[in-house]
Amino acid sequence: MKITLDTDKCCAAGQCVLIAPEVFDQRDEDGIVVLLDDAPPAEQHDAVREAAAICPAAAIEIQA
Amino acid sequence: MTVSAAPAPLPVQPPNGCPFEPPTAFAALRTTEPISKVSLPDGSWAWLATRYGDIRAILGDPRFSSDTTVHGYPLSGMTGGAPNANRGFIRRDPPEHTRLRRMVTREFMVKRVEALRPGIQRLTDELCDAMERAEGHEQGGVDLVEALALPVPSLVISLLLGVPYDDHDVFQRLTGTLLSRTIPDDEREAARVELRDYLDRLVTAKEAAPGDDILGRLIVEQQRTGEITHDDVTAFAALLLIAGHETTANMIGLSALTLMRDPETAERLRQEPGLIRGAVEELLRYHSIIRNGPRRVATADVEIDGHLIRAGEGVVVAVASANRDERVFAEPDRLDVRRPNAQHHVAFGYGVHQCLGQALARVELQVVIATLLRRFPTMRPTVPVEEIPFRTDMTIYGCHALPVTW
Repeated sequence: MKITLDTDKCCAAGQCVLIAPEVFDQRDEDGIVVLLDDAPPAEQHDAVREAAAICPAAAIEIQA
Repeated sequence: MTVSAAPAPLPVQPPNGCPFEPPTAFAALRTTEPISKVSLPDGSWAWLATRYGDIRAILGDPRFSSDTTVHGYPLSGMTGGAPNANRGFIRRDPPEHTRLRRMVTREFMVKRVEALRPGIQRLTDELCDAMERAEGHEQGGVDLVEALALPVPSLVISLLLGVPYDDHDVFQRLTGTLLSRTIPDDEREAARVELRDYLDRLVTAKEAAPGDDILGRLIVEQQRTGEITHDDVTAFAALLLIAGHETTANMIGLSALTLMRDPETAERLRQEPGLIRGAVEELLRYHSIIRNGPRRVATADVEIDGHLIRAGEGVVVAVASANRDERVFAEPDRLDVRRPNAQHHVAFGYGVHQCLGQALARVELQVVIATLLRRFPTMRPTVPVEEIPFRTDMTIYGCHALPVTW
């Protein structure tokens, strides 16, 4: 799994951080999403997919 | 579609005797006419979207504008102020929306809000202590809205913004008027002006002595550098103050009442405190307290589910219907605190306007509901549910008052 973020789209709703805190974080200065791990281990994949599905700005893209 | 029959009015009332149900018409519309036409109070019409998928598509599509000054925006029957007033970022589109919203996004980010959790717990405990000490709660009951549901979010947002909580009578009265659907427009306009004047004076005082709070930081970092004006700071103050307490307060009241009427679920949450996070998502889905929108206006011709919505046509998006869509949520009318996809609800909206304060709302709801369940396991309403004053007259659903005893 490879993850790419579109930080221009991100609206800092923060749900990805709640769902997959080992993969996503928020920048201190503006709350915009930060990727902690761009190729997370398999046990994180469901949470990452869930974060992408829920992201209101469609800012998280996953390549299988 | 036939155009001979006048469209039915926008459904806003829950069915009689079912205070937790969304307006009756939604379920039928989802099946028969998911994109329908509705009439608004001034006689104009707008599209009404009732299915989850369509609603996410509309709210996520930049061709639907949030700008209330765009011709065709369905303002009729909406509350909260005139279109040409300084309207804050929720009523603007990118890139201006993005620029303004990002000035405050860090204030509501997950880790900053999590850091507030101990303080929110302390505040909740103190208010619960005060409820326990209240004289005569066995007889007349304590109003849970006044004693707990409103003070928690109101105190927290006042503190974060730097608005003196001593003034809460003033801003609670004014926001209540602004969010009413039954108060005449001229009275609502007067309340809007009064709130603006109050916040205008407050921002002026803060310009001389900005404190360590959201408004203080906006003044120092954005206003003094010329990014925004005094009026913009006032608009931020109004938006965050209104959004910060009416919404969460009503979710607390409705959630408490739901759990009092569902002792099995309440007991499960007491036994398994780890369920509270999912339970709050499910309560948000189930109640969907925004009953009058959100709304948008198309800025281009857009096809949604086979319907052509033309540029300049208004759209009302029924999030309360989306959250009961059987295509997404199994047995949608059942409250299930273990529901696996509850967090897919659109109670906070969807798209770039999705609620900025959602992390704060979640923490407040988790803390207050868990604390109530733990400390008042025998709490119950003192009046039959039919006598509880539900907010069918307001944009944000809930209870005006909730008399309880324990």
